[in-house]
Amino acid sequence: MNDITIDSVKNAEATPDELQPYLELGLKDDEYQRIRQILGRRPTQSELAMYSIMWSEHCSYKSSKVHLRQFGEKAPPSDRMLAGIGENAGVIQINEKIAVTFKVESHNHPSFVEPYQGAATGVGGIVRDILAMGARPILVMDSLRFGAADHPDTQRVLPGVVAGVGGYGNCLGLPNVGGEVFFDECYQGNPLVNALSLGVLPVDGLQRKEADGPGNIVVLMGAKTGRDGIGGVSVLASATFDDESQQRRPSVQVGDPFMEKLLIESCLELYAAKLIVGVQDLGGAGLTCALTETAASAGTGMDIQLEKVHLREASMEPHEILASESQERMLFIVEPGKLDAVLGIAQLWGVIATPIGVVTDTGRVRITFHGETVVDVPPGSLADDGPVYARPLREPADLILLQADRAETLPRPHHDFQLKDTLLKLAASPNLCDRSWVTEQYDRYVLGNTVLAQPEDSGIVRLDEETGLGVALSLDCNSRFARLDPYEGAKLALAEAYRNVAVTGAEPVAVTDCLNFGSPEDPSVMWQFAEAVRGIADGCQELGIPVTGGNVSFYNQTGAVAIHPTPVVGVLGVLENTAQRIPMGFSHTGDVLVLLGETSLELSGSEWAWVAHQHLGGRPPKVDFAREQAIASFMQRAAETGLVRSAHDLSDGGLGQTLVESVLRKGMGATVTLPVDIEPFVSLFSESAGRVLIAVPVGHRQAFESLLAEHELPATILGQVDDEGADLTVIGHGEAGRFTVTQRELRDAFSGTLPRIFGANEPGAATAPAVESVTLIETVAVAETLTGEQVVEVTETVVVETLEPSAEDAEERRTEG
Amino acid sequence: MSKIGVVTFPGSLDDGDAARAARISGAEVVRLWHADPDLHGVDAVVLPGGFSYGDYLRCGAIARFAPVMETIADAARGGMPVLGICNGFQILCEAHLLPGALTRNQHLHFRNRDQWLRVENSSTAWTNHFTEGQEILIPVKNGEGCYVADRRTLDELEAGGQIVARYIRGNPNGSSRDIAAIRNEAGNVLGIMPHPEHAVEALTGPSLDGLGFFSSVLKHLADAKAAA
Repeated sequence: MNDITIDSVKNAEATPDELQPYLELGLKDDEYQRIRQILGRRPTQSELAMYSIMWSEHCSYKSSKVHLRQFGEKAPPSDRMLAGIGENAGVIQINEKIAVTFKVESHNHPSFVEPYQGAATGVGGIVRDILAMGARPILVMDSLRFGAADHPDTQRVLPGVVAGVGGYGNCLGLPNVGGEVFFDECYQGNPLVNALSLGVLPVDGLQRKEADGPGNIVVLMGAKTGRDGIGGVSVLASATFDDESQQRRPSVQVGDPFMEKLLIESCLELYAAKLIVGVQDLGGAGLTCALTETAASAGTGMDIQLEKVHLREASMEPHEILASESQERMLFIVEPGKLDAVLGIAQLWGVIATPIGVVTDTGRVRITFHGETVVDVPPGSLADDGPVYARPLREPADLILLQADRAETLPRPHHDFQLKDTLLKLAASPNLCDRSWVTEQYDRYVLGNTVLAQPEDSGIVRLDEETGLGVALSLDCNSRFARLDPYEGAKLALAEAYRNVAVTGAEPVAVTDCLNFGSPEDPSVMWQFAEAVRGIADGCQELGIPVTGGNVSFYNQTGAVAIHPTPVVGVLGVLENTAQRIPMGFSHTGDVLVLLGETSLELSGSEWAWVAHQHLGGRPPKVDFAREQAIASFMQRAAETGLVRSAHDLSDGGLGQTLVESVLRKGMGATVTLPVDIEPFVSLFSESAGRVLIAVPVGHRQAFESLLAEHELPATILGQVDDEGADLTVIGHGEAGRFTVTQRELRDAFSGTLPRIFGANEPGAATAPAVESVTLIETVAVAETLTGEQVVEVTETVVVETLEPSAEDAEERRTEG
Repeated sequence: MSKIGVVTFPGSLDDGDAARAARISGAEVVRLWHADPDLHGVDAVVLPGGFSYGDYLRCGAIARFAPVMETIADAARGGMPVLGICNGFQILCEAHLLPGALTRNQHLHFRNRDQWLRVENSSTAWTNHFTEGQEILIPVKNGEGCYVADRRTLDELEAGGQIVARYIRGNPNGSSRDIAAIRNEAGNVLGIMPHPEHAVEALTGPSLDGLGFFSSVLKHLADAKAAA
């Protein structure tokens, strides 16, 4: 023991009037008084740290709880849902044997402070949530939002975030199958990093978090506990950034994906051998959260000996151990007779597992540190009985003016050459351009079950190699729509994610959401939040699919300026046979192009309004969930019968952008004749919801038309798919006669933007200097637990004389040839 | 039926995929564990892709010392076919079963792309089903796939027909002389940076070209048995 005086319970009783830094820890006066009331004395330093974390916005959902209840209250009955809100992640039954669990979660603030580690540990955290449900994680997705693409700070944040998402997910061996990248200046000081993971488990393999059975052993497994991430949730996720945020870097956790990979394999072996009673991952709030939640949910207590926790730094004090957010740790409740088997599996995978205490029937979590009691609390007071606020709501004062300033009144072009120019300009805009610069940094192949991945409308992953059964997932949100009307905007996000899943032929079955907003203490932000939650809950009720879980991220603002309300919605779909999935790209010459749905004059909040006029105002497009359902039902039937060859939804950038993407996906040309009863510009760039562009094989027209009639879907024949390499030709009317765009023009516009801003991702671009002579000295780290050997010493030295960069090589080969 | 062993190191990620590819090609698959030196009677070995031991040191530098690698190195010197894919290629170089080294991609990014290759040599245990000059489409996904060696070694690889596949229509990582795959002198050990095991099913891969590597080794093993 060191000489630091530990603030024990005894000490707290003896010094009731000692001043405590509760305000600095984010607790309000009345919250502090309530803690004193619960304990009947002042809290110890460790207890104060625990309450401040567990009662923080991030952990307690104190501002959002009253609104989130709607998700349960309005949820349509679903016999698929095995676990829902309140669990680590919702669980959906797929068939009699298999279930999946999925959730999206934010890691916004850490990713601004330290983009690589912030994003990496965001992926790590959501994967552990999935793991804690008993599932093998099988995919990740990421929804990213940054400030203006050409802002200097975006140069710092985006490459780091992308490398972090990739670095962690790739090393974990999870395919990244989709997501979003969106730029808007409102995210300048507050980028959003939302990560989703999905796992698969046997229906009877659902794990519980309850610390049942007094006498059972509490085991901590995984990485050692260090000082990283202390106060992460209370400091970073629950307060607004100011100029001091750079000093908060130590609050960001550091990820070790290799440890997480070992943890996954160990956990799955433990589950399969039925060796554990309960499990909880350690995420935000670390050990504090895991101990109190498992005990509270079982109504039991715990006696924990904190000095048994393996530490990275021996000098850590109890409150630091309890608050640490060191990554890659799991907590297990184990029957004494099975402890040796559990420790054996951990050893096989080279993971540290330590018994740190026992479950008791006292109803109190008692934590000692070298014999002194430093914590003695009723766990429910931390986990369940945190403060709940019905915060004041007020519609933003500027909303009426904003909604009156409609984009439909902006000057818009009519001539064909102007339409062509607009098409190319939009395709090249940061929000619509090719995302390959980002997505090529993610492994989409690993595990060998990826059927569709970005840039497709949904990620589709096969679950069963024999039957072809699989799942489809999409993450979406247009936050400009949500800014104009958070209720409708949230519904639009849901509608888009639902449609993206539906166009592949999958049946949408469940929803997860990540609600990113400004400060809940600002009544107008709170109003936006309440409206968005109401929108998602109402939408789900109408669509008949439940919200199964998600995450709330408040305080996304810099100074007094909040981000646009950003309710990111993830929809899960099921595909009985993934071989029948419908991809987005045109693929066969002669296929007939049909537009499902109807186009209205809806330009407010559109990408065109922003790109052409830097305009945001008016009201967002209307949502018609009945139409969305009809499209989903139609697409499922079309997939089963092979009536539709490709399908791509219409969203940001309208029909024009959908055409660009569908042509470029496989390099097939197309000729399209715009409807005569709609202004050509509106046909091309309006962002009306409930629309899909499909390609129908020629022989199937009759069957196709009867299926359309059956679903009462309005449809317009637009044209046909042309040969590989052919142009995109758009035939209008009036001043918009016709225009033709070559694929070269399309590709240059679409693919050039991100490499131009963030640096070409090609070998020649950042040419490594020619290296004349390099000495590589082989060293091997001590990997005692991993290789099963002691220190491995290598004395061999390899001298590589000349390293030749490829440009030189290419040159050399030309001269040789 | 020929037995193909697939090794799992801590941090191996594409081991299940290599096993699936071998199975689809008609092999009996035996999973091998890094800590177990016994090869369990396999006829050929695949070192799969992934991040063995996290690759926090040089890629493959620790895996090379795994107990199973000593047995594999001996067997390889005795003529057993060994295929190292991505991290497996890195391990083979670290184990000195193949010359040179794989370094950080020149653009410093992880790169996942469907990549065209040209098969330059079909006289190996793993490529005899291809024709020389054949163009194949195989996914590439790595952060450290830039092959380097000193000029003399590169010249020797060229002269000895040891460059088995080259990147065409764009080099994804700056690899010297566009090298995507090399073999040892005997032709039984092959290291390849792209992932043939991810091009074995129409549903999940960009082509079926990856199957050729596995059917090649099965033919090689069958021929060897027939000759014996």
